[in-house]
Amino acid sequence: MGFLDINNVTKSYGSVEVLHQVDISVEEGEFLVLVGPSGCGKSTLLNMIAGLEGISSGEIAIKDQVMNGVHPSKRNIAMVFQSYALYPNMTVGQNITFGLEMHGVPKPERQKAMNDVAKLLQIEPLLARKPGQLSGGQRQRVAMGRALVRNPDVFLFDEPLSNLDAKLRVDMRTEIKKLHQKLGTTIVYVTHDQIEAMTLSTRIAVMNGGYVQQLGTPKEIYDTPANLFVASFMGSPSMNLISVGVKAEGDTIYAETDNSEGETIRLAFAQPSAALKAHDGRQITLGIRPEAITDPEGADRNSRHIETIRNMVEVTEPAGSDTFVASTLGGKECIARMRADADVGPNRIADFAINMEKAVPFDPATEARIV
Amino acid sequence: MAVASAENAVRTGRFTRTFIYLFLLLFALFYLMPLLVMILNSLKPLAEIRGGNMLALPKQWTIEPWLSAWSTAQVGVEPTGLKPFFWNSIKMVVPAVVLSTVMGALNGYVLTKWRFRGDTILFGLMLFACFIPFQIVLIPMARVLGLLGLAGSTPGLVLVHLVYGVGFTTLYFRNYYAAFPTELVRAAQIDGAGFFRIFWRILLPSSGPIVVVSVIWQFTNIWNDFLFGASFADLDSMPMTVALNNLVSSSTGVKEYNVHFAGAILAALPTLLVYIVAGRYFVRGLMAGSVKG
Ligand SMILES: Nc1ncnc2c1ncn2[C@@H]1O[C@H](COP(=O)(O)OP(=O)(O)OP(=O)(O)O)[C@@H](O)[C@H]1O
Ligand SMILES: [Mg+2]
Repeated sequence: MGFLDINNVTKSYGSVEVLHQVDISVEEGEFLVLVGPSGCGKSTLLNMIAGLEGISSGEIAIKDQVMNGVHPSKRNIAMVFQSYALYPNMTVGQNITFGLEMHGVPKPERQKAMNDVAKLLQIEPLLARKPGQLSGGQRQRVAMGRALVRNPDVFLFDEPLSNLDAKLRVDMRTEIKKLHQKLGTTIVYVTHDQIEAMTLSTRIAVMNGGYVQQLGTPKEIYDTPANLFVASFMGSPSMNLISVGVKAEGDTIYAETDNSEGETIRLAFAQPSAALKAHDGRQITLGIRPEAITDPEGADRNSRHIETIRNMVEVTEPAGSDTFVASTLGGKECIARMRADADVGPNRIADFAINMEKAVPFDPATEARIV
Repeated sequence: MAVASAENAVRTGRFTRTFIYLFLLLFALFYLMPLLVMILNSLKPLAEIRGGNMLALPKQWTIEPWLSAWSTAQVGVEPTGLKPFFWNSIKMVVPAVVLSTVMGALNGYVLTKWRFRGDTILFGLMLFACFIPFQIVLIPMARVLGLLGLAGSTPGLVLVHLVYGVGFTTLYFRNYYAAFPTELVRAAQIDGAGFFRIFWRILLPSSGPIVVVSVIWQFTNIWNDFLFGASFADLDSMPMTVALNNLVSSSTGVKEYNVHFAGAILAALPTLLVYIVAGRYFVRGLMAGSVKG
């Protein structure tokens, strides 16, 4: 049993099931991020944890107490909304202490709690203002203050940064992470931004179409995506998905594909498994992250298995620290991430070093990873 | 009474501008003329009205007609003036306006923030109240008031106006609260506020403009109502409008036009006052939501 348990939870609106058998167990102090495309049911799941939506079947428990049917205010949770949802007619101070007031906390204690939170979030000068007189970032802070002051068991965040501009979003992201490290409170955080998910979380649940596609640490999700959806959703630029043929020769298993010149390319798998061998003679999808395809000098020196191929460069996109190089592999565009000073140019043949340790095979029929 | 600023007005030439002002002045005069006639003649002795020009200034200024209309004129059979009926109207209007506004606000709150199965159908049915002509309900309403023992009383009139007004006020508040962010209600729920506390502390403080709209609308409609007053009130609960009618049409003696004018102005004064005090909010409230701020 974890700190927050979501056991086989489903949600239906009428006859439409929008969440299917969600099963997640969160430990105390974890930072769980729910990530997925629009409409996949992230907010619905979060609202069910908060008690703002009913649970159609299954069970949600916090600290081993079943929460089904328990009123939101009795779950000892706090929520930060996408629109911040600050009460427009109250000052910042009143916004922060409203929850305490509703719970019958005496005024001197409310005042003290408010001052502590204001100090922590550096919003002391704003306490007398109305929300309408604050900037987006300041509102964000106040919304967090309102959640913090309750000292809840679980924090729930629903896309708290999506209304901020790019620069502020990065700053606030860091701030939320710092806050989590300082307070150690359990957090469930919804976002559709996969970078936010990677940087903030201790664990990620990637969702699509009402299913949890994969639950794991950011590294697990990134390095060993469970299926093609997770592979293409997480990471930017997204993972290259190349159609290859499997050929087993003795103990070695090769992936065969064509380069832009129509020449056959053979890449030996680093971990030839039995499952992979079972696909001998069939086409599979090979996923390779852009940073696992580099110029030979920039290849990962710790990798025990690098394959070098020659291919025609089509486009180069310098991005400052790196240069993204597009070429055609197996009939599809393939993005490589090279050092900024790699000697490549459009319409020239170049050497590409592929780190096969990072290559992930997928079964195109089931879309699942071949393990 | 909207606040139109000079900045976003279209620039016009001198000639056009003169023309526009002339035109506006003409219309203003046209609309103010009846009021002017009423005021002038309410300040004349009856003989001056009989003898000459309605538009002329009084030769002898007097407030006698006003005093008479207020406290001594013959209304029906009693020489009571309009005073007791003015208070009857107040006793009817204030509770009816307050109750219908409060109920409309609560209905709007429930219909937008505490939605339930069939809520749109219920709202649709309530909207019917806005389209049913008064005359249709006279007989059923008389029967209901009789059954409740409220016939011919001020509480009975309050009930009639409440039932009739709540459709409008619900419509106003529902549309206003539809644009009110539901996340605020959810945040308040998590904070531990209950149904009435959320309404009282979160929604109502932001409802100023629509409360004003509802109050003005209800006040003018109920104050000016004649049909319900004439049908359901007895002498002790008769509202101002009915009394004014009785004053003007009482058949005994000479027709005191100056008193009639003064009485008519007295009857219109409260609604005029409400418009002057709250009119600017009325326009603002009606416009709320139609333009993004
Ligand atoms: N009241 C409702 N009635 C019917 N369907 C609903 C209702 N609320 C949500 N849904 C459906 O449930 C699904 C999940 O919605 P949800 O709001 O959880 O998505 P989300 O993952 O938060 O998306 P976004 O990133 O756009 O916020 C959607 O397909 C949506 O259409
Ligand atoms: Mg959402």
